[in-house]
Amino acid sequence: MGLFRSPQNELEKGGKPVPEEDAGIRTACPHCGAQLPLSELQDNLQVCTACGYHFRIGPRDRIVYLVDEESFSELYGDMKSRDVLSFPGYDQKLRNAKLASREKEGVVCGTAQVGGEACALFVMDPNFMMGSMGTVVGEKITRLFEYATEQGLPVVGFTVSGGARMQEGILSLMQMAKTSAAVRKHSDAGNFYLTVLTDPTTGGVTASFAMDGDIIMAEPGATIGFAGARVIEQTIRKKLPQGFQKAEFLLEHGFVDLITPRTEQRETIGKLLRLHRKGGKA
Amino acid sequence: MSAYEKVLLARAKDRPTGLSYIENIFEDFVELHGDRRFADDPAIVGGIATLNGRPVTVIAMDKGKDMRERVKRNFGSSNPEGYRKALRLMEQAEKFHRPVICFVDTAGAFCGMGAEERGQGQAIAENLVAMAGLKTPIVSVLIGEGGSGGALALAVADRVWILENAVYSVISPEGCASILWKDSKKVKDAAECLRLTAQDMMELGVVEQVIPEEKEFSQTYAHIQEELEATLEQLSALPVEELLEQRYQRFRKF
Repeated sequence: MGLFRSPQNELEKGGKPVPEEDAGIRTACPHCGAQLPLSELQDNLQVCTACGYHFRIGPRDRIVYLVDEESFSELYGDMKSRDVLSFPGYDQKLRNAKLASREKEGVVCGTAQVGGEACALFVMDPNFMMGSMGTVVGEKITRLFEYATEQGLPVVGFTVSGGARMQEGILSLMQMAKTSAAVRKHSDAGNFYLTVLTDPTTGGVTASFAMDGDIIMAEPGATIGFAGARVIEQTIRKKLPQGFQKAEFLLEHGFVDLITPRTEQRETIGKLLRLHRKGGKA
Repeated sequence: MSAYEKVLLARAKDRPTGLSYIENIFEDFVELHGDRRFADDPAIVGGIATLNGRPVTVIAMDKGKDMRERVKRNFGSSNPEGYRKALRLMEQAEKFHRPVICFVDTAGAFCGMGAEERGQGQAIAENLVAMAGLKTPIVSVLIGEGGSGGALALAVADRVWILENAVYSVISPEGCASILWKDSKKVKDAAECLRLTAQDMMELGVVEQVIPEEKEFSQTYAHIQEELEATLEQLSALPVEELLEQRYQRFRKF
């Protein structure tokens, strides 16, 4: 007798072959409901092929979609937040966020090349406490700007944030001042800063480095604002109109330079970096 | 006194508002209006005055003394044009080498439709960057409520002081309780956890000094006046690069 007995039924034989049209995993688009084969969605950089809805994505995917192959080198990747104010429940929240995002904090920083152009890059993470800005997020972004100033590098920053991290109290508010001052030094030295606002960019991040870019790009349909929609509705006791605080609304009101679909970002960002190349022809 | 009792004191209706500080500490005040872009925002009052003979630019958030004034001044919650007026006056101060003194008192930047349409976030962001590099001394005094980004937009300064019964916070205790614990009754706990009192600010290094509030408030004004005179003397003596580097390091430490 051999080590394995022969298959006794259909399942043990490996099951019935899956009909061609059902092959692969499908994801429903939260916007239009289309059933999208996962491979197709991923090939399209997680933008719905039916309606153009941009799925929320983490920093590692973004980096893969954006930078030249093998060009990303991470900086400050070991920094972790501590519960400095002994805020109830914060330790647990941090643990959950690390599990949910598989990252140590809410922003990934590094250097990379986009279309052959070198830049410093930061990408915030919607899966880490909705990209809220605490001392470590502020510190990593500040260090990146200081590094870029030293090296004369442009900065490309993808923002996604619910705002300041209230579990760090006033120290999270101070991050707005700290990052803004670092942006200012980078800018005064004649360096280029491009922000890409993705869904959602709100609160203290909108009110600091998100809106500081020399050029401000937005992803289609992204919610971008200072106050949250619910807070505004409570303040004015009215429902907000459709499309309020969307990227297209900000473009119309003059607060973003351009809206660029994810599938075109690599090319457009590469071009903008090239147009800001120092001391020579673009 | 509990943290929440401090919050209530900071919000008390009979507390002196921003304009009272301008009237009691400075002379020759000339109010200047408007942001040259859209409108004049009465939630922020600004202009030129003298401090013991020295011309200075003063900017104060004002909540209004009575109901009519409070409505006019939107209860001290500024729209983007308020921050843009403040920025215009600060840049004017830079041009004429006048120090800038800000008095901060707001529950927060206004959360309305118009505010969003006109770029509330962008207006605050612009002030933070501008103040980080403004080539003239800046002193900010938190006199009541220091409500988040809307307060910080006038508080990126060389010196930040806070009155004994003022508070400074990233979010209101009400907002914090309702977001974190879905329970507005936990306001008192939230106030405690946020560490928002003047004493907390001193411990966390967010302010250089706590200004005691005397029963006779004129003594408090006199004290602020003396402190301002001495501090401006000191800051004005610094070369601009040194002043800006110190300001950078002041916020870099957080």
